[in-house]
Amino acid sequence: MREFTKGFVRENPIFILMLGLCPALAVSTQVVNALGMSAGTIFVLLGSNIMVSLLKNFIPDEIHIPAYIVIIATFVTLVDLLMQAYAPGLSKSLGVFVQLIVVNCIILGRAEAFASKNTVKDSIMDALSMGMGFFFGLTLIALIREVLGAGTITLFPMGSFDGVIEIPGLVSAPVRIISLSAGALFVVGYLKAMFNWISSRASKEEF
Amino acid sequence: MSYFAILITYIFISNLILSQFLGLCPFIGVSKNVESAVGMGFAVTFVMSIASLVTWALYHFILLPLGLTYLQTIVFILTIASLVQLVEMVVQKYSPVLYKALGIYLPLITTNCAVMGIALININSGYNVLESFTAGIAAGMGFLLAIVLMSAIRVQMETEKVPRFLKGAPIAFISGGLMAMAFMAFDKALLNNLVG
Repeated sequence: MREFTKGFVRENPIFILMLGLCPALAVSTQVVNALGMSAGTIFVLLGSNIMVSLLKNFIPDEIHIPAYIVIIATFVTLVDLLMQAYAPGLSKSLGVFVQLIVVNCIILGRAEAFASKNTVKDSIMDALSMGMGFFFGLTLIALIREVLGAGTITLFPMGSFDGVIEIPGLVSAPVRIISLSAGALFVVGYLKAMFNWISSRASKEEF
Repeated sequence: MSYFAILITYIFISNLILSQFLGLCPFIGVSKNVESAVGMGFAVTFVMSIASLVTWALYHFILLPLGLTYLQTIVFILTIASLVQLVEMVVQKYSPVLYKALGIYLPLITTNCAVMGIALININSGYNVLESFTAGIAAGMGFLLAIVLMSAIRVQMETEKVPRFLKGAPIAFISGGLMAMAFMAFDKALLNNLVG
């Protein structure tokens, strides 16, 4: 269980480890994009962690990085093609960032640091934990940016619900800068400061 | 687009770091002093311009005729990784001085999403070979400009009193945000005025 919960705050990939920032910022203008991106990343992370931990005894040490990259790129291609087929709208709004999951340092980082040394079961837990942490961080950024920057929360359309929740007051006078690139950097900076504060408080309590 | 327009676009208007968020990790990680920022910036420019050429050629001469475009992601990332290795070996052999300056930054570039990003952007925008090369150089120069400016800000900040929890990365992000705001002055209207 400890393996599973570490990703949320203690080892949150975005805020504590500072990995995978580029996609996190680029797709966080709308909540729905953040959800799609997280789903894609979790899928790739899970697939590559499982494959790497299964194959860890067969991959020669000298070429382990290229081998991991091929495994990861295969899963990214899968996600890319599946998204184009079943969620073309999402695929369009995420653009090149779907393919750029391949250079997301979280995935190669976990393959190298965890999956190559642990059992399949632990690697699955690790992938889920890190994936949930990424999902949590990304959705938090997207929520803040969309609520302040556009005054809306965009989710998936379901039935008569068109997927967009409007926040009264903010939707008519949003803080536009937050949804632009500058705002993303501000939001991440202040959130990182908040996480620093939380983790410094947590470590004080342990003593 | 004319070559001049491509240059202006990727250096200022869609600066990879400040408006597309590609290459943020080195932007925050390697910008603690001006010297290493310059080294990283040139290393990235170098690799980006070569990678633009090679990935363009691979896509148009091999993947497209054979109908293998779905292998794009795998082929590009492997090309970039081996290209970085190759560049490292060549530079080490023929120019020890340059290797000393860029050497430690080269391996880091493999996982720099800006290189992969510009390769994909080139293909998606349908640039020809020279336009791709220009875009690669321009994107690299944009990266160099942003990271050097950032490092100069961070050196200044060393002497300033920063609130405890904002020290390090958070204040770097917020300064980056202010820089991005300044770069918003460069927009499509500017390009239209310049190029007509």
